[in-house]
Amino acid sequence: MATVIDRVSQTGREVAGSPAGGDRRRRRRLSGWHFVLLPVAVLFLVPFLQMALASFSPAKELLAFPPPFIPSHFTVDGYVKLFAETDILLWLRNTVIVAATAIVSNIVLCSLAGYGFARLKFAGRNVGFIVILATIMIPTQLLMIPTYILFAKLGLLNGLGAAIVPWLATAFGIFLMRQFFLSLPSELEEAGAIDGCNRWQIFFRIVLPLARPALATLAIFTLLGAWNDLVWPLIAINNPAAFTLQLGIANFQGAHQTDWSLIMAGNVVATLPLILFFLFAQRQFIATMTFSGLKG
Amino acid sequence: MAVNTVPTLDRPGVSSDAPGPGRARRRQSLVTSVTGWSFVAPATVIILGLSIFPAVWAFVLSFQSWDGFSEPTWVGGQNYADLVTDADFGDAVLNTAGFTILFVPASVLLGLFLAVALNRRIHWIGFYRTAIFVPFVASAASTGILSTYLFSPQFGLVNNVLRVLHLPQQGWLDDPHQAMLVIAIMSLWGSAAFTTVIYLAALQDVPTDLIEAARIDGANRWQTFWRIVWPQLAPVTVFVGIWQTIQAIQLFDLVYTTTRGGPLGATTTIVFFLYDKAFHALEFGYGSAAAYVLFAVTLLVTIGVVVFQRRRGTEAF
Repeated sequence: MATVIDRVSQTGREVAGSPAGGDRRRRRRLSGWHFVLLPVAVLFLVPFLQMALASFSPAKELLAFPPPFIPSHFTVDGYVKLFAETDILLWLRNTVIVAATAIVSNIVLCSLAGYGFARLKFAGRNVGFIVILATIMIPTQLLMIPTYILFAKLGLLNGLGAAIVPWLATAFGIFLMRQFFLSLPSELEEAGAIDGCNRWQIFFRIVLPLARPALATLAIFTLLGAWNDLVWPLIAINNPAAFTLQLGIANFQGAHQTDWSLIMAGNVVATLPLILFFLFAQRQFIATMTFSGLKG
Repeated sequence: MAVNTVPTLDRPGVSSDAPGPGRARRRQSLVTSVTGWSFVAPATVIILGLSIFPAVWAFVLSFQSWDGFSEPTWVGGQNYADLVTDADFGDAVLNTAGFTILFVPASVLLGLFLAVALNRRIHWIGFYRTAIFVPFVASAASTGILSTYLFSPQFGLVNNVLRVLHLPQQGWLDDPHQAMLVIAIMSLWGSAAFTTVIYLAALQDVPTDLIEAARIDGANRWQTFWRIVWPQLAPVTVFVGIWQTIQAIQLFDLVYTTTRGGPLGATTTIVFFLYDKAFHALEFGYGSAAAYVLFAVTLLVTIGVVVFQRRRGTEAF
């Protein structure tokens, strides 16, 4: 797998980049591909459009038969009810806490471990790394039951800790950081050693500042995973005060069965931060995608 | 996966026979080991504690009968034997297989098609790319809500479009024969970005002189693609195929947020079955056995595809 991943991640930046320069004459001709790409692009946007439009629709209009795709007038009633009747802000806060803790913890622990496995010599290094790599193959479903029992014994269930702990460090993060550190030329570190830096100083002063691109990838991977995680919080958290956003909106359909403007407003609140972030940092997202198939 | 070792000056732990420097070097290697482990230990302990340890525990559990409260009893291979004869588990396996057959080829072909379409310099290409990639950030909970709404038999957009086109209305998620199809369509929506990005990167790796040579030899675009480009993409196709197969076999989230296994159990997948057994029926042992069957199937599929591809001479791993 490493071969494909390496090749792909090398070109990831080119994929993300906007087409450079290009042949002016060819650009002016209307390409036949527009007739393919435009409908496909619209089709891919329809669910999000529907979500946004329905969230601003009068609740009654959505129960009409058939409901209009574009509401007759726009209203924020759905949002008003959402904030008044549900704990969405609390869930948002919980999700932000979970995701932020996960990102910081992954950046610190995975870059330390990645550097250790890439550059330091110590007994048991290769075995340790192989075991960590092997854990990527283990499906999370296999771990749910024992982890649930373990967390119950540790008293972690039903609190935010239950959502945070599994995201403190990821095998993928270590793999990612190790690959990155291996690709760095070691001359800089040797120069640091000659200047009298110890390993920790070399790591924090010289290597880590160079690792920004890889850390961005790691941060996005962790953000997506921690923000969108559903199955584990679903099992581990039964207490509405510790619900994450995903857990909260997943329960909407039972609790607010027909109030679609409220449900869609909640959906917007849960999804919009990531959409905005994606639009803002599309290149980094695509680089992350090329490095992993993290969705699931 | 190749685990390459960094060129090292000294193998750690190799001490020479010379008495004086030997001790010094041994001490030196102890110091480097301590430094090394202090870098890797925190993350390693967390990962081993939350994956290797539970994985072993799940294996032990799969030979036990346990509800989480009373004393676990050792039942040997009974859980696995029960799975073989459990009609519900059989249905879950069939449903999962059905989804996999529906989803994996479609997702590979869609990714390939979108990558070819997006791999050109035309106006608005940035917009097209963004539109196709942005669903990648949609969570399962969010996608579930959107699926339920878009495919609602009464007020869903999809049935409205069918109505306008004078086509018959469908039951979609309420119809046992169509529910899995809807889940597959929405899974494609969310995962197309991944397969497309991987193929796009691979397409840009295909040497242009190969394509030019084919053109000079008189091949048209279609022939060039299937005879020259497609074989070059083989390793990536294997990688994407395996990855999507693993995702498909482990389908759960979108089922939970749309149908919860229904209607009439038509979308109960293996993972949904084990979730239900473990966390509703509290049959932790039985659920663990189902999880291990899932793990074994995942491994077999991966190994099978890799061996098959190696025989045919294309290497992805």
